[in-house]
Amino acid sequence: MKLTGAQALIKSLEHEAVEVMFGLPGGAILPVYDPLIDSSIRHILVRHEQGAGHMAEGYAHATGRPGVAMVTSGPAATNIVTPLCDAYMDSIPIVVITGQVPYANIGTDAFQECDTVGITMPVTKHNWLVTDAQDIPRIVREAFHVATTGRPGPVLVDVPKDIANQQMDWYWPDGVDMPGYKPTTKGHAKQIKDAARLMSQSRRPVIYAGGGILKARAAEVLRELVELTGFPVVTTLMARGSFPDDHELCLGMPGMHGNYTAVTSMQQADLLVALGSRFDDRVTGKVGAFAPEAKIIHVDIDPAELGKVRQPDVPIVGDCRQVIEELVKAVLADKAKHSGDDTQWPSLAEWQTRLRDWQRDFPLVYDQQPDGPLKPQFCVDQLRDHTPDDTIVVAGVGQHQMWTSQRWKFNHPYTFVNSGGLGTMGFAVPAAIGAKVGMPDRMVWAVDGDGCFQMTAQELVTASSERIPVKIAILNNAYLGMVRQWQELFYEERYSEVYLSPDLPDYVMWAEAMGCVGIRVDSPEEVEPAIDKANDIDDRPVVIDFRTDYREKVYPMVPAGHSNDEIILDPAHDTYGER
Amino acid sequence: MSNLGDIQHHIYSITVENKFGVLSRVAGLFARRGFNIVSLAVSPTEDERFSRMTIVVDAASAPLEQVTKQLHKLIPVIKVMELHPDDAVERELMLVTVKAESETRSQITELASIFEARIEDVGFESITIQAAGRPDKLDAMTDLLTPFGIVELQRTGRIALPKLSRRPQRLRAVKTRGV
Ligand SMILES: Cc1ncc(C[n+]2csc(CCOP(=O)(O)OP(=O)(O)O)c2C)c(N)n1
Repeated sequence: MKLTGAQALIKSLEHEAVEVMFGLPGGAILPVYDPLIDSSIRHILVRHEQGAGHMAEGYAHATGRPGVAMVTSGPAATNIVTPLCDAYMDSIPIVVITGQVPYANIGTDAFQECDTVGITMPVTKHNWLVTDAQDIPRIVREAFHVATTGRPGPVLVDVPKDIANQQMDWYWPDGVDMPGYKPTTKGHAKQIKDAARLMSQSRRPVIYAGGGILKARAAEVLRELVELTGFPVVTTLMARGSFPDDHELCLGMPGMHGNYTAVTSMQQADLLVALGSRFDDRVTGKVGAFAPEAKIIHVDIDPAELGKVRQPDVPIVGDCRQVIEELVKAVLADKAKHSGDDTQWPSLAEWQTRLRDWQRDFPLVYDQQPDGPLKPQFCVDQLRDHTPDDTIVVAGVGQHQMWTSQRWKFNHPYTFVNSGGLGTMGFAVPAAIGAKVGMPDRMVWAVDGDGCFQMTAQELVTASSERIPVKIAILNNAYLGMVRQWQELFYEERYSEVYLSPDLPDYVMWAEAMGCVGIRVDSPEEVEPAIDKANDIDDRPVVIDFRTDYREKVYPMVPAGHSNDEIILDPAHDTYGER
Repeated sequence: MSNLGDIQHHIYSITVENKFGVLSRVAGLFARRGFNIVSLAVSPTEDERFSRMTIVVDAASAPLEQVTKQLHKLIPVIKVMELHPDDAVERELMLVTVKAESETRSQITELASIFEARIEDVGFESITIQAAGRPDKLDAMTDLLTPFGIVELQRTGRIALPKLSRRPQRLRAVKTRGV
């Protein structure tokens, strides 16, 4: 069967079971948009290509399936570089298709030409320039394979316009043949045994769960391991929900804005079992002072992660789910062999008591007076308490992101979507749209900052016109809050270029202009009714403008580059007391 | 890079797929860290689907280790080996044009023959010599030719293969894929 390259591309996407793609057409990609009309694939027309990329990411985060975006050449390709980098940092599988100028014109500074493959090389797991239409099915197959296997990540396929118009003989490859790409998924048996040995001798263990748990769909087996060992678990920003917050062994988020117990448990641990986590500087603080007494078991599918920051005592390359399954078996075997010997698998009751005491003594605190200014933490708590347990929560980047991660109870995997590695302001609105497209039956709330919202809000036009009823809570503190916090604490309150204004823009009018329902909330008693109202709207997006107290800061905090032992608690900790 | 510890000479032998763009992916990983590639030689191997790159970098070992792990992650990269200089056969080719007046000409040709180099071209005032051999031998020859006046000099960058006779423990496969 003869097809054009463009038809072959769309047909290949159908073969990859793509249901939806996010994009915006233009000159170089025009040939591919034509056969799209006859395809079963739903296309969502975005208002800015950055939105298409983040939507694809949100879709992938929520569903575990690769998100697909398609844009034209030049400026469209550069607009999608940020989402590619974001997906690269957070290991999110997305497939981006870009149009390119005709092959013969590449390198001539043709209209809307840019070196897309060159620009995106360092922010993709791999990318392809198509030079022959006959290669298209093979390349698409490879692209999806690379994006979704091993350590997942973004890939890009650049398609010159004339190649899209070229005739080819249709085929669909049986598999991929990539001699240089063979991720190791099965952990080394001896290493796994050694890990179990090390675990058997620990008195103060902590499981340090990272985003890899979610990528590997390993939440269930992680729970098995925890219940078998009694080891407490910290869940990083990228792993929130991979172990339920309502479990008594869940300590919550560690790191720069982690809670006291999570941070200090790692500092005092004698063993860290790092599962799909990467010792990010936001977790470790000053690396030399991080968890000084801890031995390290480090499991990751990417060999480059092992020893990158901290040398592990037991490194294990493999897929988290497969390795944890084996680890469970190894622990059972080790326990059976050493039953009755309390130097092996000692009771952890003392450690667990110490952790519970910290949780009691160092809770997260804030003070919402009934007639006082509206506290952002209160808004997050109310959202948490008045939405379904399996709500998908998407955050922007800044203070609101940290409060959301700290205060929400993530009891299910794939319920928290945010930009961890790159920290991309403007992520929340489009990512929430992508998540809702992938999970239409779930409620999707974005918690956004006023600064972040202004970066990508126009995608709510996309959401309204496509009837994608996401809900956005803006914690409007009139500032680039997180930057303000650093200026307050580390630059002697010299506020440089962080004031935004609470009223400009008028968020309610803006929301309504974009086809959403807009609600404004000024005082604590309005919070719950506004959330209830938003929850009842299911035919269009809703935006709530929460006017929050700009003075609130995120605590605890470990200043950048400092040891996690120097954790700063909320100065009002003692005043508020237990809460 | 001086704050990153001891700078050393590292020789990598990298087997890659023989496709466009691979060199730029590989070079990009070194450039990103600010590492200068001292020399680079690429050509197809005995199997046409693959090329071998021999890359020499001066860098501290620790950050370089991360670069090599990242190299392994490149999809067109099949194999990465670090060759310890003691356990590798290294060769390089040099073309050098030297001023050769009538009174120095015989001295230069004598020097060339000591180094088993060949005269490739002769002009009125200069001659071009081709020399091949171990990189340190070429360095020595360059030093000895310098007083005569070097007009132009071009070296290919080294190529290397592991020595066969030695025990292989210092020939370390930095990454056999996936391990
Ligand atoms: C694209 C981008 N630009 C700049 C930053 C730096 N930055 C981090 S947080 C932040 C402030 C965010 O302000 P806002 O959205 O109002 O959230 P808040 O911190 O007030 O909750 C800034 C500017 C960033 N992370 N991303």
